[in-house]
Amino acid sequence: MALRRVVYNVTRNPELAAGGSLVHAPVVPVAGEVAHPHQDIAGEHMLINIGPQHPATHGVLRLVLELDGETVVRCIPHIGYLHSSFEKLGEYRDWNQIVPLTDRMDYLAPLIYNCAYAMSVEKLMGVEVTERCKVVRLICMELDRIFSHLLWLGTTGIDLGAFTVFLYTFQQRELIYDLHESYVGARITTSSTRIGGMMADLPAGWIDQLNSFLKGFPKVLDEVDTLLTNNAIWVGRTQGVGVISAEDAVNFGLSGPNLRASGVAYDVRKDRPYYDMETYDFDVPVGEHGDIYDRYLCRMEEMRQSVGLLHQFIERLPGGSINVDDPRVILPSKTMAMNDMESMIHHFKVVMEGVRAPVGESWFSVESSKGELGMYVVSDGGAKPVRWRVRGPSFINIAALPHMIEGALLSDVIAVNASLDIVLGEIDR
Amino acid sequence: MMQAGTVQAVQDMSDTAYAVSSVVKVVLTFTVVMVVVALLTLLERKISAWMQDRMGPNRVGPGGIGQPLADGLKNILKEETHPGEAAGVFFTLAPMLSIIPALVTFAVIPFAAPMPTRWGVMPMVVADLPVGILFLLAFSSLGVYGIVMAGWASSNKYALLGGLRAGAQMISYEIALGLSLMSLFFVVGNVGLPQVVWTQQRMGTWFFFTFAVSFAFFWISSFAETNRLPFDLPEAESELVTGYHTEYSSMKFSMFFIAEYAHVLTVSALLATLFLGGWDIPFLQRDDMLGFVDGRWVGNVPALWITLVTFLSFAIKTFVFIVIFMLVRWTVPRFRYDQVMDLGWKIMLPASLAAVVVTAATVLALDSAGVTFEQRALGFVPVYGGVLGVVNVAMLAVVVWAMDRGRTLSATGSLDERRARAKQTARLRAIELQTAERGES
Repeated sequence: MALRRVVYNVTRNPELAAGGSLVHAPVVPVAGEVAHPHQDIAGEHMLINIGPQHPATHGVLRLVLELDGETVVRCIPHIGYLHSSFEKLGEYRDWNQIVPLTDRMDYLAPLIYNCAYAMSVEKLMGVEVTERCKVVRLICMELDRIFSHLLWLGTTGIDLGAFTVFLYTFQQRELIYDLHESYVGARITTSSTRIGGMMADLPAGWIDQLNSFLKGFPKVLDEVDTLLTNNAIWVGRTQGVGVISAEDAVNFGLSGPNLRASGVAYDVRKDRPYYDMETYDFDVPVGEHGDIYDRYLCRMEEMRQSVGLLHQFIERLPGGSINVDDPRVILPSKTMAMNDMESMIHHFKVVMEGVRAPVGESWFSVESSKGELGMYVVSDGGAKPVRWRVRGPSFINIAALPHMIEGALLSDVIAVNASLDIVLGEIDR
Repeated sequence: MMQAGTVQAVQDMSDTAYAVSSVVKVVLTFTVVMVVVALLTLLERKISAWMQDRMGPNRVGPGGIGQPLADGLKNILKEETHPGEAAGVFFTLAPMLSIIPALVTFAVIPFAAPMPTRWGVMPMVVADLPVGILFLLAFSSLGVYGIVMAGWASSNKYALLGGLRAGAQMISYEIALGLSLMSLFFVVGNVGLPQVVWTQQRMGTWFFFTFAVSFAFFWISSFAETNRLPFDLPEAESELVTGYHTEYSSMKFSMFFIAEYAHVLTVSALLATLFLGGWDIPFLQRDDMLGFVDGRWVGNVPALWITLVTFLSFAIKTFVFIVIFMLVRWTVPRFRYDQVMDLGWKIMLPASLAAVVVTAATVLALDSAGVTFEQRALGFVPVYGGVLGVVNVAMLAVVVWAMDRGRTLSATGSLDERRARAKQTARLRAIELQTAERGES
């Protein structure tokens, strides 16, 4: 296969000559498939690079924009600057060792990724987790939905110039960080789940801490609401910008708030409920116009719904064991392993050989903060997956970016990009 | 009501005294402005910290008071970078061109009532130019050259876009700025800033009420002129990295930075002078004085305490505007380029033209009715300023209503209403979806 490269005739790689003067390296056309720049590139149009090091690309996204004045004629997104080969790495890790890879993908909602992965593997192994574990995982997922949406809100605010919102939301995120920390010890890279349960039960007082967060959080959300929702500038910047119709949204494979803002009421929690989500009372906000403003409203309302859900989870949190009573996947207690020969052998086998999954494949998707997050695992019966594939919502959502911004202004590019709520860790994987 | 002072007490300065006092005033004003500008950077950070539940700078000295000094030192000591492709002379010239107009404009602003000295009465303005406001408009327009030049000379696309935006924005708002002052000229009959203060004193109403439309437009334009949020498009850090000063570092960057705050200070002082009565103290007639007109003193007898108190009054008014500048910056998002242009050309330009016409008609009517500035109804209600004010406030209300068109003031319903509506929509969609599914199966 020919090397696929995009060459622009304005690319220059200046080098220093012996005397210290600048020498422009000649542009060498690459043989093979070359995407030719637009005809007008030598004339009025200007190529501008947004990223990979730019304050508003939310990571290392690179957008090559062809501008006519300030109007975007063409947009070419480049991804891969944060490629970490997570999926391939997973093939060399045993089932439980993959968990730390998942939270590094979406470091803005790590718990959701932890849970989604564990749920997929448990489906493959036919393990049914305990009731307590289910509710704890649901708490984790809804908490991180708020966690992720808050970051989205703050950074979108900053991208549109509202700096104060950013700090308001980050103050609340800090409280969720504290919740992460007191539960799993880490603040971002949580690695909280294990096949068949969680790494630990909730520590004493954690629910109280969560309750105190839930008490203060809606007030902050209302504060942000007064700052932005009816703000004429905010409305002017977001309404009618980055519009994507319901049909296009479905065709591009959008999911999550980006899809719902276009008027398609698809939410995995409602349509393919997991962990008894159908028994909880919550609404899925749906937009009408598919513009930035509707995405904003959807996410704001989702955070409120998540607060309601968290209250219900806390109310229904059952007692009992957090880990499933299945010797295939769960380690015996430390006391047992130290006092009992069989338990020690069991402990040794599980640690050294890892958990084994039966031959087969499984697909499991949850509603992550950014859309439908699917985990596909294939096992040949060994301790490691032969294939681990992630259907990352950000990766698919960002594909719609050029469609939304071509013809818009440069400022809109930043706003639309922010409104899609992408995370590059997951896009590049 | 104004008594001309006795000749013994009030005498003009000799030429020598004038020259010496001018030099002293230049040095003092420059020093004070630079110190205030340095402190403004601290104030801005403290205010933003206060708004955002943070501490703000608190490491250098008590309450971070030494922070501006540390920042200044840092900027002087930092490495100076110069892009290889930057257009040498212009790259260096740009920050200078940016900072000088910002500082020079302060020269024509009267900051206190005239001060009596042993050598005569000293007007508390660095240069009482007969073309005061025109000088201001001219120099504030010059500031844009620095920015456009910086954008072009940097040989950087972000900077170029920033420079272009600055150019377009400044030109657009310069017009609204100039037009909004037109109404003032009708009444003041002069373009000198001391005369503006004097007219406000005689009229008994400050111009923020008398010329409400002008005040609103001038204020909005001054946000655009100082390139601050919501009009900070030339910088727009999330879009253009930092816009026109992307390639600048060290002291050159610092000069742009100082220029921005100097602009804020100057514009705030200007707003205070033009629309809040300058150094005038409300409900006090002892400070009503203009100065020498054709060698004759006009106004009350100057006194040192009056000068000091009026300076305080001026400082407070300026401070109020500065604080509002900062509060706004940390509250609102940024406009889009085309929205800024729309606001400037499609709304403010025609609206200020209309306001000029209506104000002119009102002034003509008042003058033909023989109403004087000093006339008071019921002994205390200013007639001239009052009538103009009512007309202007009515016009402003129309403008605000027309611009809003029920979008912001009445909003889109309360929070609870919106929530209820969102729920309703979600339920309806779910029902639709279910019916559709049933129909399919």
